Amino acid sequence: MNTPDPHDFLAVDRDLSEEERAIRDTVRDYSRTELLPHVADWFDEGTIADPRGVAKGFGALGVFGMHLSGYGCAGTNAVSYGLACRELEAVDSGLRSFVSVQGSLAMTAIHRYGSEEQRQEWLPPMAGGDAIGCFGLTEPDSGSDPGSMRTRARRDGSDWVLSGTKMWITNGSIADVAIVWAATDEGIRGFLVPRGTPGFSANVIHKKLSLRASITSELVLDEVRLPDAARLPAADGLRAPLSCLSEARYGIVWGAAGAARACLEATLDYTGSRVQFGRPISGFQLTQRKLADMLVDVNQSMLTALQIGRLKDAGQAHHSHISFGKMANVRAAQRVAALARGLHGANGVTLEYPVMRHMANLESVATYEGTEEVHALTLGQTLTGVPAFR
Amino acid sequence: MNIVVCVKQVPDTATERKLRSDDKTLDRDAADGVINELDEYAVEEALKLKEAHGGEAAVTVLTMGPAKATETIRKALAMGADKAVHLTDDALHGSDALSTSYAMAQALGRIGFDLVVLGSESTDARTGVLAAMLAERLGVAQLTQAKKVEVSGTSIAVERVTEYGYDKVEATLPAVVSVVEKINEPRYPSFKGIMAAKKKPVETLSVADAGIAADQVGLAGAWSEVAEFAAAPPRGAGTIVKGDGDGGTKTADFLVTKKFI
Ligand SMILES: Cc1cc2nc3c(=O)[nH]c(=O)nc-3n(C[C@H](O)[C@H](O)[C@H](O)COP(=O)(O)OP(=O)(O)OC[C@H]3O[C@@H](n4cnc5c(N)ncnc54)[C@H](O)[C@@H]3O)c2cc1C
Ligand SMILES: Cc1cc2nc3c(=O)[nH]c(=O)nc-3n(C[C@H](O)[C@H](O)[C@H](O)COP(=O)(O)OP(=O)(O)OC[C@H]3O[C@@H](n4cnc5c(N)ncnc54)[C@H](O)[C@@H]3O)c2cc1C
Repeated sequence: MNTPDPHDFLAVDRDLSEEERAIRDTVRDYSRTELLPHVADWFDEGTIADPRGVAKGFGALGVFGMHLSGYGCAGTNAVSYGLACRELEAVDSGLRSFVSVQGSLAMTAIHRYGSEEQRQEWLPPMAGGDAIGCFGLTEPDSGSDPGSMRTRARRDGSDWVLSGTKMWITNGSIADVAIVWAATDEGIRGFLVPRGTPGFSANVIHKKLSLRASITSELVLDEVRLPDAARLPAADGLRAPLSCLSEARYGIVWGAAGAARACLEATLDYTGSRVQFGRPISGFQLTQRKLADMLVDVNQSMLTALQIGRLKDAGQAHHSHISFGKMANVRAAQRVAALARGLHGANGVTLEYPVMRHMANLESVATYEGTEEVHALTLGQTLTGVPAFR
Repeated sequence: MNIVVCVKQVPDTATERKLRSDDKTLDRDAADGVINELDEYAVEEALKLKEAHGGEAAVTVLTMGPAKATETIRKALAMGADKAVHLTDDALHGSDALSTSYAMAQALGRIGFDLVVLGSESTDARTGVLAAMLAERLGVAQLTQAKKVEVSGTSIAVERVTEYGYDKVEATLPAVVSVVEKINEPRYPSFKGIMAAKKKPVETLSVADAGIAADQVGLAGAWSEVAEFAAAPPRGAGTIVKGDGDGGTKTADFLVTKKFI
């Protein structure tokens, strides 16, 4: 019997198809070669130096909207999409966020709720990375409770006029098109707002301490006039944006497992070579306990992600399954990152090592796409049948 | 134009590579098989030549290797090659360079080609002789160590890397070319490419299918034999030069004794 591979302890690899492995290996190879060497600098500078170049690279691989079909999308299964998210987030959560927002939020909204003209216009360039999209749901006063949004769209003849502010919008200031959700007399509706539409502007949010290798913005809509053709015709009500969020969250279930894996790998490396009291620190019982805890978290996250992925591919993933995965895996990743940070000593607080970068990133990952509390409430409602949100 | 790219599966250079104690051949099960690095450049060059010909060319991958080499074949197909021929047979196990070139030449004769593209060296056996041997066996021009390839009509011109720069070499097709790393930047396979690769034709050839005489290949047919092998000796402690204002001179003297300067 061979000793288990420390990097795939439960031999989950064997449950992947050859195609899934090929996609995983390609993303791993690409992100380690093309992105990892820059990511600490981007984090340091609080931006992605050349976001259009990064988008083009992702587009050439086929990552954007990879699990959607037609319109230039690759059309892979959900597990392959998850594996890609895991490899990207093993490099940095900001890169996975880029892909989640483009593919799972903006493109899914258009794919699922858009008109044929909207799909034809936007999906092929977005899949290719030639156009960037963002998704504006959250507002300064409306986060976990998006139904309380204040952005309004009112009819004016055959047009719509939008007013309000969206906050914390990933890629907002570089987007060619924003999917903006607004309240109307008939309920919540989605609109495609192209860059440069009069009255529409975006401001970069500075001084973040987390997800720094990602651009986050405020969107300002000041009497923005749009034709009815800019409305997503099939989106009626809050369920539409929430269903897109469920797609993106699915990617986070895998992504968090990637960040955790990266922290464990860095720590195995570091503790194996760092000598104190005359021996590698990996040789101390207290360290081994931490490594064992990390190993369990990393591998359980992977199993959770794969099981939810298989359910999704079978058309059997309930939104509460995704809540389970998001809650479990982000929490596990936060535990792993914190232990990894500690085991790196002073080196662990620098950008020379990836661990504190991951630890800081995971604070955003824990907050967006539904906080732990929101997912706990979702699971509670599923278990008891009693909603306890308000 | 028919372009055939020879692609070898080699053990991952990032893992420990071993020889088998029984027949002294490479232990291909001990390490993950990956595409020989230079062969990615060879595939890229073939694809570029195809694109330069407005797509009017077929790119065929030829791999000689065990069953698990299909993973490597898929990678080349995912990058964009059109189809593949997998020469695989237990009788081929243990072939040396001469018999490998014989077997591959037979397969190439069956496939038909205007241009054969190889890497200039593999990372496992590293003999670097295959391109020359193939050209000789096939009776066509050999253009090795290419850092640039241009084909127009039936003529081919390459820039061949030398110690002093490069030679410009020209020939008439059919020809065999081997490429060096400088030649291009291999593309990453796209997801669409990976998914399409499953559906591309891979023809499997046995020794008999390719008209290869079984006694001319494999361990039995090899002209050379690995008589013995040993692990590389551990590195010595090295020499520490202690300087007392004369460190530079002492270091230079040491380098002179080693003929570095
Ligand atoms: C880097 C980053 C990028 C983002 N990108 C986007 C984007 O692209 N698009 C977008 O629309 N949004 C985006 N967001 C916003 C994100 O989705 C919200 O921050 C998130 O929904 C939480 O909302 P909030 O920040 O208003 O917190 P709040 O909702 O105010 O929550 C504050 C705290 O109260 C708790 N809480 C709230 N309700 C309850 C309850 N019922 N019971 C118990 N506890 C409760 C929460 O769990 C949390 O701990 C991004 C956020 C970050 C940090
Ligand atoms: C460690 C080791 C040492 C060896 N030493 C010798 C030796 O000294 N003498 C000897 O005769 N044999 C030797 N062999 C046997 C060796 O396997 C064959 O010589 C081999 O098939 C051809 O040599 P190469 O890989 O060095 O080719 P190279 O000439 O280095 O490879 C150049 C290119 O040829 C193509 N190519 C090579 N092999 C294949 C293949 N199987 N399928 C498709 N394309 C291919 C690829 O495009 C590759 O980039 C050795 C094998 C090993 C593992």
